[in-house]
Amino acid sequence: MSAAREAILARIAAAVGEAQPPVSVAREYRRAGQLAPAERVALFFERVGEYRADVRRVAADEVAGAVADACRELGARRLAVPVALPAAWRPTEVELVEDTGLTPRELDALDGVLTGSTLAIAETGTIVLTAGPWEGRRALTLVPDLHICVVEEARIVELVPEAIAQLSDLVAHERRPVTLVSGPSATSDIELSRVEGVHGPRTLVVLVAS
Amino acid sequence: MKAPSEPFPVAARRELANAQLRANMRNATETIRTKRNRVVAELDDWEELREAGRAIKADVLARLDHYLVQFEAAVQAGGGQVHWARDAAEANAVVVEVARAHGATEVVKVKSITTDEIELNGALAGAGIHAIETDFAELILQLDGDWSSHILVPAIHRNRTEIRDLFARTIAPGIVSDDPRDLAEAARVYLREKFLGARVGVSGANFGVAETGTICVVESEGNGRMCTTLPPVLVTVMGIEKLVPTFGDLEVFLQLLPRSSTAERMNPYTSLWTGVADGDGPQELHVVLLDNGRTRVLRDDVGRQALHCIRCSACLNVCPVYSRTGGHAYGSVYPGPIGAILTPQLVGIERAASLPFASSLCGACYEVCPVKIDIPRVLLHLRGQAVSKRGSRWEGAAMRLTSWMFASGRRFALAQRIAARAQRPLVRGGLIRRLPPPLAAWTRTRDLKPVATESFRRWWERERS
Repeated sequence: MSAAREAILARIAAAVGEAQPPVSVAREYRRAGQLAPAERVALFFERVGEYRADVRRVAADEVAGAVADACRELGARRLAVPVALPAAWRPTEVELVEDTGLTPRELDALDGVLTGSTLAIAETGTIVLTAGPWEGRRALTLVPDLHICVVEEARIVELVPEAIAQLSDLVAHERRPVTLVSGPSATSDIELSRVEGVHGPRTLVVLVAS
Repeated sequence: MKAPSEPFPVAARRELANAQLRANMRNATETIRTKRNRVVAELDDWEELREAGRAIKADVLARLDHYLVQFEAAVQAGGGQVHWARDAAEANAVVVEVARAHGATEVVKVKSITTDEIELNGALAGAGIHAIETDFAELILQLDGDWSSHILVPAIHRNRTEIRDLFARTIAPGIVSDDPRDLAEAARVYLREKFLGARVGVSGANFGVAETGTICVVESEGNGRMCTTLPPVLVTVMGIEKLVPTFGDLEVFLQLLPRSSTAERMNPYTSLWTGVADGDGPQELHVVLLDNGRTRVLRDDVGRQALHCIRCSACLNVCPVYSRTGGHAYGSVYPGPIGAILTPQLVGIERAASLPFASSLCGACYEVCPVKIDIPRVLLHLRGQAVSKRGSRWEGAAMRLTSWMFASGRRFALAQRIAARAQRPLVRGGLIRRLPPPLAAWTRTRDLKPVATESFRRWWERERS
């Protein structure tokens, strides 16, 4: 193994020369957003909707009711939730199964999952999950066929660089896994005809909470 | 890496005869091109992003040894194991070894051109391990023993009825519908069992972050998330040029890549993992750092920029050659304009000498490239190498004679007068449509304007002196 390592490093040094100075990078692209908070929320709402996610605006104290409504409409009876999900978001009308290490097959047998999110990006309509206490581990938001995700308005940033800046610390210091979600899973592999929902959750409900 | 088995003009001629393929290719490239233009026009800082992307990649290549060592240390600090592979055989051996150590007879795979390049599936099969392709298009190709014709939509040359018939013979006996929705459902049902039971996942990498050891995989279907999350063991095969220096640098590439590739503001799923996360996802991580010709490309300071490529496929969709011939004509896992400069450099120009000529040099590829690879310039550079390596004595002699003739005003004027007379039997209706051998190759696909019967200098002397 180390023979290959030494050989590759030697080939690189021979090709470009050792200890080259850094190439300077001009970062003249937009790194700070311009929109007022209300415009930012409106843009996120619009862009998530364009991915054919089911997006709804709710008051902060109406989250549990909105979850119950969505479950009733979609016929979901049993939802997985992260253990630390806030009590105020938990509907009483739906059976909630806390993730205390459910197997992939157990997750597969549930109707959906309810989580929060770390951030959201308005310009691209993206939800950012970092396996935080309200989000749970990665498999939780992947295996069930329905994902109901709460996005708090205050956590919406305008631009991709603003989101990456906030994620840098979580990755560098806590090694958190990060998943960016932009709409439900999709494929256009057959004749470029778009099909929503292949392996990830086929239905994504986004509740934008004030 | 395998070199093309036949010259491009031979393969292209055969592919062009397939009317279905041409119609599919035209439709696909036009559709994606139009969508891309729309989402790129939305960003008024696109050119600034491209410039940053170019500069970051140039920095990575200039200090690749430094960044690789940094990346290795960061992955190890996060609980991952790093393997170095000089060539395909070494990389394949690592993956086979990991699968064997866990007694796996099947592995689930995320779409990865790098693993196609090293023919990993064949190596695994040789060890009795079945690699299951989980990207929808890759699954279709694998079931049919076919191979990719487009980086982004590999099965674009297949129709829905062909795919329905294929599924009926293989994973979904009795399927009747050819609606893409039902075909996707069939793939979902088949693969879900595979995901839930998989012990080893295999992926490529879109980006590796030197600073943090983070690996990034960008995808649409969720099969990438499945393969990198559910199996207890994950092996990632990554070309050494895929690094970016810092996590912050992803802010550039996560804007450039989706808009250039699928023509979306953002692709549905991007997964980033940094070593082993306790109780979340694979608890054993391997990263294979692959050279396989890349350090050879690095030696050429003009050709080196081919290693900036982030595999978006925008250059394919705008290319007048690719959009007619499709990917198979390039005889390589890297098709289109980027393939025409990458393949000859990876396998050696003498083994793919026709590829740098598979271009009209129109420059559209350079304009859309999100990391500003000057593909036309590299094509010309490689053409020069191909000619000098091939050493055609006739071509060389003709060029030397022309150069001698052009070097003197008197010789040039004399040559013009001779040509003006000698061409007479060939001119029909003001054009030369057919030259005698060995010049016939030139007029096989184009007409030639005759040499003027009177040169400007002669006219000037006659009129003004």
